[in-house]
Amino acid sequence: MDELNFEGYTCPVPIRPTDTVMLGHGSGGSLSRDLRDQLFLPELGKAAPRLLDDSAVLTIEGQRFALTTDSHVVSPLFFPGGDIGRLAICGTVNDLAMVGALPAALTCGFVIEEGLSFDLLQRVVASIKNAAQEAGVYIAAGDTKVVQKGGADQLFINTSGMGRIPEGVNISGVNAKAGDVIIVSGTIGDHGIAVLSAREDLGFETKLESDVAPLNHLVQAMIGAGDVHVLRDPTRGGLATSLVEISEQSNVTIEVNEQALPVKPAVKAACEMLGFDPLYIANEGKLVAFVKESDAAKILGMMKKTKYGEDAVLIGKVIGSGKPQVRLKTAIGGTRLVDMLPGEMLPRIC
Amino acid sequence: MKYLDEYRDPAKVKSLLREIEAAVTKNWVIMEICGGQTHAFLHHGLDAMLPPQIELVHGPGCPVCVTPLEQIDRAIAIASQPGVIFTSYGDMLRVPGSMKDLFAVRAQGGDIRVVYSPLEAVQIAEANPEKQVVFFAIGFETTAPANAMAVLQAKHKNIKNFSVLVSHVRVPPAMEAILASTSNRVQAFLAAGHVCAVMGFHEYPPIAEKYRVPIVVTGFEPVDLLNGLLAAVRQLESGRASAENQYQRAVRLEGNGSAQRALRSVFVPMDRKWRGIGVIPQSGWGLSPDFQGFDAEKRFDVENIFTQESTLCIAGEILQGLKKPFQCAAFGKACKPGAPLGAPMVSSEGACAAYYKYHRDVIYG
Repeated sequence: MDELNFEGYTCPVPIRPTDTVMLGHGSGGSLSRDLRDQLFLPELGKAAPRLLDDSAVLTIEGQRFALTTDSHVVSPLFFPGGDIGRLAICGTVNDLAMVGALPAALTCGFVIEEGLSFDLLQRVVASIKNAAQEAGVYIAAGDTKVVQKGGADQLFINTSGMGRIPEGVNISGVNAKAGDVIIVSGTIGDHGIAVLSAREDLGFETKLESDVAPLNHLVQAMIGAGDVHVLRDPTRGGLATSLVEISEQSNVTIEVNEQALPVKPAVKAACEMLGFDPLYIANEGKLVAFVKESDAAKILGMMKKTKYGEDAVLIGKVIGSGKPQVRLKTAIGGTRLVDMLPGEMLPRIC
Repeated sequence: MKYLDEYRDPAKVKSLLREIEAAVTKNWVIMEICGGQTHAFLHHGLDAMLPPQIELVHGPGCPVCVTPLEQIDRAIAIASQPGVIFTSYGDMLRVPGSMKDLFAVRAQGGDIRVVYSPLEAVQIAEANPEKQVVFFAIGFETTAPANAMAVLQAKHKNIKNFSVLVSHVRVPPAMEAILASTSNRVQAFLAAGHVCAVMGFHEYPPIAEKYRVPIVVTGFEPVDLLNGLLAAVRQLESGRASAENQYQRAVRLEGNGSAQRALRSVFVPMDRKWRGIGVIPQSGWGLSPDFQGFDAEKRFDVENIFTQESTLCIAGEILQGLKKPFQCAAFGKACKPGAPLGAPMVSSEGACAAYYKYHRDVIYG
């Protein structure tokens, strides 16, 4: 073979940032953050990005209220363990709960593609009713828009919600402190893999169900048991993205123990097969909490007594401040960084 | 989980590390061929646990990374045409062409679908007879047999609206190209276990002998990787250079006969350009004369798209193990996973992406 000259061989010209919105901008990872920080916040925002939590906190005549909104698009509309209706209620209830609020009322906006069957819509509404009852919230206002065939994918639902934050409760992503203990309320990745498995084209079957659930009762039990500094529900982008966000908001170094992470065998197997990492898979009924070290055992004990916290475990600690970073102690004893998802999560080639 | 947990056992890892420490007396540069192995070393934090005498360099075995720029541009040209459904494995979508990537084509209305198997692409073609369905057939000997099966199935079913854009590459010629280079630093290889599961490793003894380099067929879990390293170190320390199989649960000398038959019935070896490296003789697979009708390059007249690589990223040197990702001025600054300058930052198997994801602290403190 001729001698190959490797000098000067290089990679391509840089790809320019896109001039259009891409699916990855909705993945909950760093593209989503760029969109928020570079386009929305400069025009519409008041708070600095690092102050943003799952809900806004407003003070009206001395009383603090949480306000949040969330649009829900999921395919298929019904998936193992849940549906778009339950998702729409739980998503907003949980965003309110993550700042310690007592969810009071929700609004519900429907964008419906013409041709949707009444039967299906009826089932979604029944599911909304059940989820709202379970969470103890009521639907205070609603809206319906119908778009022509192809103008939407069957059904989109927006829910907004408000709740009151009790006196003395101060929960925010900026409150993590060195020494805090990190608790996750149960197994990670269930929702994302359950929805993925429900898509016909994937060709794998599992008995796995989505974890979609309202977490407000769990949160109140935790607040009653001890000092909770930070709460977040790791939805899109998974636990990894939540931890990175909190490390940046609070400017702290987080260390997570890989062996402690609760992952169901079915989720683990699906991830191994598809080349995904459970740390990045969406959850809809889980929370991660940063709590005062001396209160951790009491809070964990209380969580384990609740329906949606019975598999709660300690997964790590805040090991220092001044350097925003998430480190993972791997199961074999190594250490590596944990980063946000850059854009869409893609299955690998081989 | 069986077949995973026992190969991620912390106690076994610890004892293998001790064995490697005991065996190593000199500095050695060892290349893991496959991007999956690079990813596994960093994902488990294993690279930082090795004795300092062992320097790992990361090989060109990342299919996304080595697919040439002009092939991406051809894919984009085809996918942009009306009436086309372009199908691909997921991580090709983010690879930058010279102007944009396939994600951008999709955002502009192109019908681009991620498939998990090339046979899905054939099904899509069957279900959409009025459309042209193209599958982006990239990868090493690992993906080539399944892609060959898709072509065979399309031929068998007489599906006329299916074609493949082929960019298959072979591992052994790339190893030889690295070894023959005057700038080569590699003293031993961990050969890619999955490639060998298909092709066997009968091609390796002549290379080991000719270049006096140990080649150890290695798997992808921590215990596999350490077994591979231990075998390589023992050979290096004792002055031996042979081809050795440390991945016996998956690899036989002769490989997988039926996969090879499928491969050879559809593809023939040919010269291929590797992104960042250049043309390596006989280093790829192309459609054989009998299957030219399935060639998307001809069907869509994109054969004449040629793109010059520019000089902004050092992927070529990274893919040959000459430089580490953090030795690139653009690393982590102009070049990040969300806005990659080069393919090694794109794929989950790319060395730059793996360093960015797991080891930025080493670089920035």
